[in-house]
Amino acid sequence: MLSRRPRTRSNRSAVPRSGITIRDLFDEAIAGLFARPGRTMLTVLGVVIGLAALVATLGLSRTASNRIIGRFDELAATEIVVTAKPGPAGAEPEALPWDAAARLRRLNGVVAAGTLSAVDTGDALVSTSPVSDPRSQTDFQLSVQAASPGLFTAVRADLETGRLPDIGHSDRADRVAVLGPGAALRLGITGVEQLPAIAIGDDLYLVIGILRDVARQPDLLGSIIIPEGTARHDFGLASPELVAVETQIGAATLIAQQAPLALRPDDPSILKVASPPEPQRVREAVQSDLNVLFLLLGGVSLLVGAIGIANVTLVSVIERTGEIGLRRAIGATRWHIAAQFLLESTSMGVVGGILGASLGSLAVVAVSAYRDWTPVLDPAAPFLAPLVGGVIGLVSGTYPALRGARMEPVDALRTGT
Amino acid sequence: MAERRATTSVLELHEVGRRFGTDPPVHALVDVDLRVDPGEWLAISGPSGSGKSTLLNVIGCLDRHTSGTYLFDGVDTATLSDGERAGLRSRCIGFVFQSFHLLPHRPVLQNVMLAEVYRKQSHRGRRDRALAALEQVELTHRADFLPTRLSGGEQQRVAIARALVGSPSLLLCDEPTGNLDSRTTASIIDLFEALHQEGLTLIIVTHEEDIAARASRRVRIVDGSLTEAG
Repeated sequence: MLSRRPRTRSNRSAVPRSGITIRDLFDEAIAGLFARPGRTMLTVLGVVIGLAALVATLGLSRTASNRIIGRFDELAATEIVVTAKPGPAGAEPEALPWDAAARLRRLNGVVAAGTLSAVDTGDALVSTSPVSDPRSQTDFQLSVQAASPGLFTAVRADLETGRLPDIGHSDRADRVAVLGPGAALRLGITGVEQLPAIAIGDDLYLVIGILRDVARQPDLLGSIIIPEGTARHDFGLASPELVAVETQIGAATLIAQQAPLALRPDDPSILKVASPPEPQRVREAVQSDLNVLFLLLGGVSLLVGAIGIANVTLVSVIERTGEIGLRRAIGATRWHIAAQFLLESTSMGVVGGILGASLGSLAVVAVSAYRDWTPVLDPAAPFLAPLVGGVIGLVSGTYPALRGARMEPVDALRTGT
Repeated sequence: MAERRATTSVLELHEVGRRFGTDPPVHALVDVDLRVDPGEWLAISGPSGSGKSTLLNVIGCLDRHTSGTYLFDGVDTATLSDGERAGLRSRCIGFVFQSFHLLPHRPVLQNVMLAEVYRKQSHRGRRDRALAALEQVELTHRADFLPTRLSGGEQQRVAIARALVGSPSLLLCDEPTGNLDSRTTASIIDLFEALHQEGLTLIIVTHEEDIAARASRRVRIVDGSLTEAG
């Protein structure tokens, strides 16, 4: 390895070089580690703690940011609502066209759209019985809303029983109604099998469905919902009050820009669009203030772990001076000695990486279980950890290994036992 | 190599010198001439500091001589690379040391098997060869013991078994009985005697005259100069 003197070909064939198989190299390194298992485990601990902290921190920050984005994804990040901008004299009347929903559905990225308006019923009360019963209240002040058929999809309405009104009801101005669960409870209507009817003022409306829940526009839960065409015919509704839009994930910002133009190309500025905040901002905020401390802790632990491996390997090299001498005597070259110690320190790092990744992943799962989060972990993290550990072990072992390799076999045999 | 061994020497030293580059330089070996033939049992004796160990290290290719020629099995060792010298140590020379140099955490059998690690050999038959070597030193019943549980004599037998694996051309022993009591020493010398009878070439470095006396040929080294004795 060091100085090569010129030699003849016959010599080369007469004397085979010493060598070691990969298997023997691994066997010797593993045996060296298991000679003092307690010390090896303690040495590995620093790397374990460091990499566990790093994996857990990365995993938990991913988990936490995913949780927040997940909530936005579910509802808010896909919802926009277009209303008329309030002018000096209240909201501009007739700001939204009747075909607002149809216009928006033509935009790429819109999943569903529907118009919704509060109906001014005057002083009309709602009741289930045409006869006034003096002993109990039969007439209620309930809000009446007019909805286009698409609205039920846009607010993710969940039907308890019956059916939803369709475009035919609206076109014919049929006197039908769907009840929100709160309204149904107050009116005492539990099903539609008996064809119940309600009176709004003096007009009777057939109840065709009862909602269980809506994801958006929670006002609907306590309202009586009638078709838009019916509201125009019976109550003189002038124009829709708002358009509720469900977009595809990530399309909300774009649709929010396009919607005013699509609805009012003549004067888009009179419309007001409520759109969700930028999701990226949430993610950045979460990551920046959660983790600096833990990443720092992980880094310091790794450094301490690396110093620990270097230290213990150096002690081990000095302790095993006699073994190094013996190995040289039975045919090891300097390179074989260095390779064995490097492999020992690298193995310690890899084992530390595997244990650290496991502990870190467990920590992510445990915290997620406790906080009811979905654990999210970059798949690269647990696989990179043993690699990082191995590199740390390799680097830490370099100086001790070279020191062991530099020993003269004669001196090593004399001083070591 | 086998045919050559029958006709030529195991090793030949011609005017070999070893100078240590201190200031002033120390001449540990001066013009040493030595020829060892196959099957010989050579004892190198001399007072401490006389250059015995230096000579042994040169012969064992653990150290390089600084002048003269050293032929091992007819090959000039000065022309060999470090890797080839290591190969020579691994396959052709068996070492036995005063302090045994067994790995304390490994059972006896594995210590013996270590002999083949640097021969780039497969594991096939390694265990059997190690057991055969242990049988030569009559320690088969201790195969699974840790060296720390053996007596000094038994430990040295294990070391000898390790040196015997793969039938080396030469067994090189550095004060092999230096750490042993007289009874154990006798049994180890008896073992050498038996190995010598089987045709093994032996070189034993010792400062004890009665051990040197058992060898078939004796040389003395004083102040780095070698003289035939007896």
